[in-house]
Amino acid sequence: MFKKAAIATAIGAVSLATASQALADDYIVDIEGQHAFIQFKINHLGYSYILGTFEEFEGRFHYDADDLEASSVEMEVQVNSLNSNHAERDRHFLSDDFLSAGTYPTATFVSTGFEPTGDDEGVLTGDLTLKGETREIEMPVTLMGEGEDPWGNYRAGFEGSTNLTLADFGIDMSDFPEVMHELELYVTFEGVRQ
Amino acid sequence: MWRNTRTGWGLVSITLHWASALAVVGLFMLGWWMTGLGYFDPWYNLAPWWHRSIGMLLLFATLLRILWRLFQPTPQAQGSRFERLAAHLGHIAIYVLLLTVMVSGYLISTARGRGVSVFNWFEVPALVSHLPNQASIAGEIHWYSALALLLLAAGHALAALKHHFIDRHDILVRMLNPARTRRR
Repeated sequence: MFKKAAIATAIGAVSLATASQALADDYIVDIEGQHAFIQFKINHLGYSYILGTFEEFEGRFHYDADDLEASSVEMEVQVNSLNSNHAERDRHFLSDDFLSAGTYPTATFVSTGFEPTGDDEGVLTGDLTLKGETREIEMPVTLMGEGEDPWGNYRAGFEGSTNLTLADFGIDMSDFPEVMHELELYVTFEGVRQ
Repeated sequence: MWRNTRTGWGLVSITLHWASALAVVGLFMLGWWMTGLGYFDPWYNLAPWWHRSIGMLLLFATLLRILWRLFQPTPQAQGSRFERLAAHLGHIAIYVLLLTVMVSGYLISTARGRGVSVFNWFEVPALVSHLPNQASIAGEIHWYSALALLLLAAGHALAALKHHFIDRHDILVRMLNPARTRRR
């Protein structure tokens, strides 16, 4: 009985060790402490901007300073969590006039490539799926920093932004002025190394 | 005159009833029309402002109306046993739907913690906010319950006409004339 338990513990310890080795450069986006933001900024009639954020999402990424080409990111966003600080506008954004969040409740980004362009900088390529349409997008990203945090974990944090043409994702903006046909997507997050 | 008796409705009930009827039909048409307005229509912001303001006043009126109904005598029902039961259930359903429509409408506007302005006269504070998906779910409930309310109200009107013209009951007259409270 005792022996069996000891063997089981040993096997468990070995498999844990291999698992953590394999995951050495894998990070989970810090949702627990919410050091992660996905925001958009879209012009309003040429007079100002509407800013909004997605409150619910999760993601993971692979990042190794010595092997940058192997970098990858995956994000999954709950579209219904959109918040632009105005209930009726949010409902309108989520309606069939724009995002059809009832039919397409999630948006995803899956990277397909990464090209370093300088110190702590690069261009991330990937498939963005929004409102059921998948388009390849490019997003210039910056490594803002990495290192130990005060609570015993290792973190790496990034930011990036890109412009999206809404028509590419089946969002008809033809009734609105030209300046409103695009929006800026801004993403920043920290990941906790696993 | 003001109060109900077993033979007729008082002026308070009569006024609340017809004001509600007018408001419900008006709000439904206004809501239908305004949700189809284009972004650049001059009424795009103004129509919802009227809709919200009237809706909130109707909510308060309905709460008063239900209290009045509970603490006042109700005129005698007329018709067969089945008709009286159906009428009773139908009336309860109308009250429930009235509250559902207006509370769900309120919950759309207050989903992000902002109150509802009533004609820029006073503001009804947001009591329930930030529920998951609140504005969208409340919006669905608002639409379907409004539709159900309108159908039921149409049935209610047809039933009243049937009582009046076919059965020769006085239920329609007593909802128009408060003098019926005095009749024996």
